[in-house]
Amino acid sequence: MFEWLFAGENWTGDQFGSSIPDRLAEHLGYSFGALVFVLLIGIPLGLYIGHTGKGGVAIAGLANALRALPTFGLLVYVVIAFSGNLPADWAYKGPTLFVLVILGVPAVLSNTYAGVQNVDPAARDAARGMGMTGWQVLWRVEVPNALPLILSGVRSAMLQIVATATIAAYVSLGGLGRFMLDGLAQRDYSQMAGGAVLVGLLAVVLDLLMALLQRYVVSRGITGRYARPAAGADVVAAESKVLV
Amino acid sequence: MINYLKNNPDTVGEWFFAHVWLSVLPVVLGLLVALPIGWVASHYRWTYPPITNLAGLLYTIPSLALFILMPSILGTKILSPVNMVVALTIYSVALLVRVVADGLNSVSPDVRAAATAMGFTGIGRFLKVDLPIAVPVITAGVRVATVSNVSLVSVGALIGLPQLGSLFTTGFTRYVTGIVLLGIVLCLVLALVLDALIVVGNRFLTPWQRAVAKR
Repeated sequence: MFEWLFAGENWTGDQFGSSIPDRLAEHLGYSFGALVFVLLIGIPLGLYIGHTGKGGVAIAGLANALRALPTFGLLVYVVIAFSGNLPADWAYKGPTLFVLVILGVPAVLSNTYAGVQNVDPAARDAARGMGMTGWQVLWRVEVPNALPLILSGVRSAMLQIVATATIAAYVSLGGLGRFMLDGLAQRDYSQMAGGAVLVGLLAVVLDLLMALLQRYVVSRGITGRYARPAAGADVVAAESKVLV
Repeated sequence: MINYLKNNPDTVGEWFFAHVWLSVLPVVLGLLVALPIGWVASHYRWTYPPITNLAGLLYTIPSLALFILMPSILGTKILSPVNMVVALTIYSVALLVRVVADGLNSVSPDVRAAATAMGFTGIGRFLKVDLPIAVPVITAGVRVATVSNVSLVSVGALIGLPQLGSLFTTGFTRYVTGIVLLGIVLCLVLALVLDALIVVGNRFLTPWQRAVAKR
C-alpha cells in the first residue's frame, strides 16, 4: 500500500495517464461541479421554505425517503436509462452529475430550512418591530443565525458527494475510485488500498477545511449559542450526516 | 424486473436475507459499543467534545474506502463479509455515540433528583431511569443508522460481496434497467420495513408516551 502510494510513476503518470494528481483533479472536478448545483438549488429553496414556512413537512418527508434510496443502485439505473440518449462526452458524466446533485440537495435544503426555522421567534419579532422588511429580516437576522446549520448541511452534502463520486468509477468514470476498482480487477491490493487511503484523506481534509470555514464565517455571537447545541439541533445535524 | 425475480427466486431471496443481516447486525453491535461510550460522554462532560469529534471524523471516511481498508487492518480476506460488518459497525458507533450522549443529557435534573430520592443509584438508575427516558432520542439515531446501512451495504457489491447490491452489478453488466430497479425497490422495501419495526419497538419500550398523549 505504502509502496504504491510513494512510487514515483504513480504520481507522474507514466502509465496510461492515470497519475494520482490527474485522478485527484477529476475527483475534485466532479465533486465541486455537483456541489455548485446543490448550493444553487438547496440554499434559495431552503431559505424560501424556512422564511415563509410553506412546505416544511414535504421537505422532511423528501429527505427521509431519499435516505432510504440506495445510492449505488440509483447511479447504475440512471446511467443505463439515460446514457444512450446523450452525446458521447456526457454519456456517463451527465447521469453521474445528476445523481450527485440529487443526493446532495436534501442535506443542504433541510438544514437551511431547519436553520431558519430554529431562529428565536423573539429575535425575528424584534427585527420586524424595528421596521425591517421581510427581505431585511431574512438577510440580517435569519441567514446569520441559520449559518451554522446551513454550513453543516453543506459539509455533509460535500462528504456525500465525494463518497459517491468514488463509486462512480464503476460506471466508467474517472476519479480516485478508479484506483480501487482497477486494483480489484488487476488483483492488486496495494493499488486498491492506496486509492482507499487517498479517498479517505481527501474526505477528512475537505471536512476539516469546511470546519475551519465554519469557524471564521459564523458570527461569534452565534457560536456562543451553538457551543453546546440543544439535543434537537444535534439530531438534525446527525441525521443529515449520512454517507454513501 | 418481475421476470428476473420469477427466473431467479432463490438467488434474489439469498441476496435479500444476506442484505437483512448485513444491515441489522452492525446496528446491534454498534449500539452495544455506543451505549457505554455515550454514557461516558454524558457523565464526564469534558469527554463529550473529543468523543463526538472523533466519531464525526470516522463518519467522513467514504464507505467503499473503509470496506477496502478493513482487510489490511483486520487481516481478513477482501471477500470476507466480516470486513463489511466491522466497517458498518464503526459507522453505527460513530452515529450512535453522539445520540446516546445527547439522549442521556436530555434527562431532566428534576427526574434525576426524584430517582435519587427514591433510592436509585449508579447502574440501577442508569438502567431503570436514565436509559428508558433516553430511548426516544436513541431510537431516532438507530432509525437513521439502520436505514442508511441498507443503502451502504449495497456498495459492497462493488468488491464482490453478495447481497441486493449484486442486482445493481448484474443489471449493469447486462445493461438491463429492470434488474437494477428490482434491487432499488427491494432495498426501499427493506428500509421501510426495518424502520417501521424500530418505530413499533420504540412504542413498546416507552408506554408512558402514549399515556401522556391520552390525557
